[in-house]
Amino acid sequence: MTTTQQPSATPRDGRVVDRAQYALAAGIGIAGAYVTYDATTLHKGFADQPVQPYTFPYIVGAGLIVLAVLLALATARGDVAESEEGEDVDLTKGSDWVTVGKLVVVFALNFALISWLGWAITGALLFAGTAHVLGARSIVRSLAIGVVLSVLSWYGFYSGLGLAIPAGVLDGVL
Amino acid sequence: MGSFDLLMQGFENAFTPTNLLYACIGVLLGTAVGVLPGIGPAMTLALLLPITYSVEPASALIMFAGIYYGGMYGGSTTSILLNTPGESSSVVTAIEGNKMAKAGRAAQALATAAIGSFVAGTIGTLLLVLFAPKLATEVVKLGAPSYFALLLLALFAVTAVLGTSRLRGFTALFIGLAIGLVGTSTGQPRLTFGSPLLADGIDIVVVAVAIFAIGEALWVASHLRRRPLDIIPVGQPWMSRDDWGRSWKPWLRGTAFGFPFGALPAGGAELPTFLSYITERKLAKNPEEFGHGAIEGVAGPEAANNASAAGTLVPLLAMGLPTTATAAVILLAFQSYGIETGPGLFDSQPLLVWTLLASLFIGNTLLLVLNLPLAPVWAKLLQIPRPYLYAGILFFASLGAYSVNFQWFDLLILLVIGLLGLAMRRFGLPVLPLIIGVILGPRLEAQLTEALAISSGKVSTLWSEPVAVIVYVIIAGALLFIMGNGVRTLLRNNNQKKKVLA
Repeated sequence: MTTTQQPSATPRDGRVVDRAQYALAAGIGIAGAYVTYDATTLHKGFADQPVQPYTFPYIVGAGLIVLAVLLALATARGDVAESEEGEDVDLTKGSDWVTVGKLVVVFALNFALISWLGWAITGALLFAGTAHVLGARSIVRSLAIGVVLSVLSWYGFYSGLGLAIPAGVLDGVL
Repeated sequence: MGSFDLLMQGFENAFTPTNLLYACIGVLLGTAVGVLPGIGPAMTLALLLPITYSVEPASALIMFAGIYYGGMYGGSTTSILLNTPGESSSVVTAIEGNKMAKAGRAAQALATAAIGSFVAGTIGTLLLVLFAPKLATEVVKLGAPSYFALLLLALFAVTAVLGTSRLRGFTALFIGLAIGLVGTSTGQPRLTFGSPLLADGIDIVVVAVAIFAIGEALWVASHLRRRPLDIIPVGQPWMSRDDWGRSWKPWLRGTAFGFPFGALPAGGAELPTFLSYITERKLAKNPEEFGHGAIEGVAGPEAANNASAAGTLVPLLAMGLPTTATAAVILLAFQSYGIETGPGLFDSQPLLVWTLLASLFIGNTLLLVLNLPLAPVWAKLLQIPRPYLYAGILFFASLGAYSVNFQWFDLLILLVIGLLGLAMRRFGLPVLPLIIGVILGPRLEAQLTEALAISSGKVSTLWSEPVAVIVYVIIAGALLFIMGNGVRTLLRNNNQKKKVLA
C-alpha cells in the first residue's frame, strides 16, 4: 500500500523545525478542548436516546487533543508539511500573506455591506476588489466585469432559478 | 423488471432534449474547469449546488455526472500541455504526457488520453451498471450494526490509505467530525456558541464551497506564480496506426486497475494510475522510451483514472458512501433534493438512478465527440488572466454560499472555514477526510443510535451481524499493518541514527 515515507522527512543533523506548525497544533488542541468543554455542558438525553448527546463530542474532543499532541511531537522531531501544489502555485518563493490579508479584508467588506447594499453592488465590488488585489491592471475593466457578473447573476437567479436575492438599496430598481 | 429494461427506460429519459442539453453543458463545463488551473470538478460541483434548488433532480444529476467525467478529461489535457499537473490523479499522466508534448507529439498524447478515457469510461460504466444494483440489494438487507461498521470503514479507509501523512489525515477527519457536531440534532445545542444561527448546523454546502473554493483561491493567492507557464501549442489530436497498436492494450489494462480500486471504499485514482504506469513500463517493448514520452505511459494511467471514476460511483450509489471529494459533493446534491442516499436508492428512485447511469454513457460519448475537435480551444483557456480567474472563483463561491439562506452570516462562516482550508493546504492536511467527516459523522451517530435503539441499549448488537464482524476484522488488520509499518520505520531511523553516531 502507500507507505510513502519521504526520506527527506527524517530529520538529520541540521534538522528543520516548522515552527508555524506548533501554532496549528495549538489551534487543534484548543478546538479539542472546547469541544470537550462543550460536551460537559450537555445533559443526559431522553430515555429513548440510547446514545447520549455528549458521547460523540467527548470522542471527537479527545481525538483532537491527542492528535494535537502527536502533531506537536512530530513537529519537534523535524516533521515538515508537504504544502499542496497546483498549476498556479509557485512554492519556490516565500508566501505572500499580505495579498491574503487584503483578500480577507475585501471579503469581510462584502459580508458587512451585503445586507445594506445588496448582492448586485457588493458582488461587483468583491470581484473588482479581489481582481485588483491579485494584480489586475485596469480597475475600470475589473469593475465593469464585476458589475456585469453580479447583475447577470442576480437576474439569472431571479428568472432562471426563481430565487430573488435580496436587492438591498437597489430594491425596486432591479 | 430486469436491469436491462430499467437501463433502457433510463436512456429514454436521458434522451429528452432538456436532459441532453444538461449533459452537453455538464460535459463542456466539466472539461473547461478540468483544464482551468485552480478549479477542479469537486469545486465546480460545490459552486453549482444552488441549481439544485430549482432544476429537476434528473437534469441536475446528469449535468453533475457530465462535469465529473469531463473534469477527469480536462485534467489530463492540462497535465499534458503544462508540466504541472493540477489534480493528484493526473500526476502520472504528466510524466510521459508532457514529455510527448515537448517532443512534438502533443496531438497523439491528447488523442490516446481522450480515446482511452472513452474506452475506460464506457467499460467502467458497464461494470457499474452490472455491479451496483446487485451490491445494493445485498447491502439493503444489512441492519444498522453492519451499516455502522461500513461507515466506520469508509471513514477509516479514506483517512488512512490516501495521502502521505496519516497523522494529518486523521487530524483533518476529526476537524470534519467536529464541524459535523454543530447543531441541535440531538435536541440540545452542541457547539453553537449560543447562536440561533448555528442551531441547524453549519450548512454542508457552505463547508464544501469554503474548503474547496475559498481555501484554494486564498492558497493560490499566497503563492501566485508571477511568471507565465510554458504552454505547448497543440493542433487537432490524432493517432497513427502504430499509436493505436501501442495504446489499446494499455487502455484495457488501465481499466482493469482503475475500476476495482475506485470501487473500494479507499478509492481514488492515485494508486491505480501509478500501478498502471509501472505495469506498462515493465511490459513495453522498448522500455528505454519511458521517461522520454512513451505513449503507453499516457494511455494506461489515463484509462485507469477514468475507470476509477466510474468505480467510485459503485459505493456512492449502492451504499451512499462517498470515497472521493467529487463523489462527496454529488452525494450532497442528492441530499439537497431530500433523496435518501444509501442502499435503498435503487428501489426508491429507480428512474432517477437509471437515468443517471444512462447519461454516463451519453456523457462519455459526448466527451469524445466534442473534445477531439475542441482541444485547441481548451488549450487557449490556460491563458486566462489569473487575477480574473481567482476573483471569479471568490465571486461565485460567495454567491453559492449566500444563496443557501441569503444570510450574511453564511458568508462569515464561509470566510472562517475558507481560512481553515488555506491553513490545511499550507500544512499539508488532506481535504477529503474533512469533507467525508462532516458528511458521514452525523450519519455515524444516527446509525449507532438506531442500532442501539433496536437492541434496547445492548452494545453487543454492534458485532451481532457477520458483515459487521468481517468489517471490524478488516479495520483491525489494516490498523495492525499501519502500526507495524510505523514501528519498522521508527526502528530503521533509530538504527540509521546509531550508525551516524558511530
